[in-house]
Amino acid sequence: MKDMIRKATRHVNQNEGLIFEKSSTGKAAWKLPPLDVPEIDASKLLGSTERKDLGNMPEVSEIEIIRHFTRLSTWNYAIDLGMYPLGSCTMKYNPRVNEAVARVEGIANGHPYQPEKISQGALQILKTLSDCLIEITGMDAITLQPAAGAHGELTGLLLVRAYHHSKGKPRKKVLIPDSAHGTNPATAAMVGYAVENLKSDARGMVDISALAAQMNEEVAALMLTNPNTLGIFEQDIYKIADILHARGGLLYMDGANMNALVGKVRPGDFGVDLMHLNLHKTFSTPHGGGGPGSGPVAVKKFLEAFLPKPVVVTKPDGTLGFDYNRPQSVGRVRAFYGNFGMFVRALAYIQANGPEGLRQTTEDAVLNANYIRKGLEGAYDLPYSTPNMHEVVFSDKLQAKKGVRTMDIAKRLIDYGFHPYTTAFPLIVPGAMMIEPTESESIEEMDLFIDAMKSIAEEVEQDPQTVLDAPHSTRVSRLDETAAARKPVLRWKPTA
Amino acid sequence: MPYPTDRKYTKSHEWIQANGKSATVGITDHAQEALGDIVFVELPKVGTELAVGKPFGTVESVKAVSDLFTPASGKVTEINGELATSPEKVNKDAHSAWMIKIALSDPKQLDGLLSAADYEKFVAEEGGH
Repeated sequence: MKDMIRKATRHVNQNEGLIFEKSSTGKAAWKLPPLDVPEIDASKLLGSTERKDLGNMPEVSEIEIIRHFTRLSTWNYAIDLGMYPLGSCTMKYNPRVNEAVARVEGIANGHPYQPEKISQGALQILKTLSDCLIEITGMDAITLQPAAGAHGELTGLLLVRAYHHSKGKPRKKVLIPDSAHGTNPATAAMVGYAVENLKSDARGMVDISALAAQMNEEVAALMLTNPNTLGIFEQDIYKIADILHARGGLLYMDGANMNALVGKVRPGDFGVDLMHLNLHKTFSTPHGGGGPGSGPVAVKKFLEAFLPKPVVVTKPDGTLGFDYNRPQSVGRVRAFYGNFGMFVRALAYIQANGPEGLRQTTEDAVLNANYIRKGLEGAYDLPYSTPNMHEVVFSDKLQAKKGVRTMDIAKRLIDYGFHPYTTAFPLIVPGAMMIEPTESESIEEMDLFIDAMKSIAEEVEQDPQTVLDAPHSTRVSRLDETAAARKPVLRWKPTA
Repeated sequence: MPYPTDRKYTKSHEWIQANGKSATVGITDHAQEALGDIVFVELPKVGTELAVGKPFGTVESVKAVSDLFTPASGKVTEINGELATSPEKVNKDAHSAWMIKIALSDPKQLDGLLSAADYEKFVAEEGGH
């Protein structure tokens, strides 16, 4: 089977310790120019508060720093190296145009404490991005403050709570389908709601009769991902919205899978009251490794008064400014105005694509996921046969007969030169293998992936041990995740 | 692994073994199998009043965090402190690695739960593998 590994070849890379271990006294990677201002005696000025001991700071030369980080970077797998099919995460390409725009001097050097009158460009970026996202989602107003998806959820449910309080009827429960992201129940609990599980039907969608039975005046909201984590569009979305609205509940949409909808349908048109977006998924800003993320929350008009403050407004003189006078606001949820660098990148992506480009992106994302589904059908078990959108979920049912599970197949995929897919999620599929190629992948890269997955399926039949022991070609073999969780070593200690 | 017939089972994969008005609760072998290696078990304090069907704790594996649901209402009289340092005991023998003991407020609640044979059938139908 090894001849099937076409994408990757084992190659030598450099070992590397921690930067602290390279340190030796007196080395430096800097040299200051002569002082051209009067010298200040820091200890006189600061007294006992002057810090003399800087602790264990590494002392290394410039080339050592460069080599250290360059070596580490060669151990990594990234979207720039190949397909990163981590389902639900939407690991799409981060276009270089985003980075070019983010480095424009006035944008890169802007400061949140600049007065409004010299921040008009930055404010215009906030305003234009807000307008674009409102149009894409079909909502009426938006906050850009939340720093990531789960933070967006938290902000969204704070809005739900503020809304019900304003009606004088606080509610107790939030309904969450069993296919939901784990962050949904965590968010509801954080905001003080009891979580009630909502089961999926045989199609992999919300069970409408179960929803109708569980809906009552105690339910504050339903948190629904659409398309859901099985990659399936909730076809009864109108009915779902009606059932909630008839009893005064709100429909919250987790927009993690918005990559399947942009330019095609708008949540605001199918009954959603509020939703978050993940700019680091749908709108191509960097994802993982510290991104940072960005999770704007878009709402219908009746929730606008509760949005975090400040909000960007057009002032009577036509200039833009911040409005802090929002008495019903849930308050600030993030320092300054959110992760501004991500707004710049997301807007660059939206404007570089334009409406037609965004629509094409959605079509390609769905086409790619279906291409992979077709390519792997038969080799792997497909637990839900409902047509899928931007991602596809297989299970390890066929391979489990040989004792090989989703995690083993994922590890073996590394040997073939790919990042693993998402394992064991969504939880309603035992042994889930969740694959999301995104629109970024060419047919050639996807064919390599399909061949790799089929080859692994064959290995499972002929030589399961190879798969069970994978990965074989990585720097370290399989890590003991259980020991890492049970007995974590959280701190580096210098060797004596 | 055969399911012991000396106790009842829930559809959320807990077992409960009653002895008069007191009962012992744990999770099933199927549950531990589905969860994978368990790394953390969070249990309620002794004295906590538990309501049937409500969560009484959580169990965390390398794959997921799951709620534990109360099979029958009552007050917690004892918890298995060993699981705090040795959660792997649940993986080794789920049917003896008990989690909590409760003083039942209504022992009749157990009548509505599954027998070992019914639970085994339920697990098979649920499509677990």
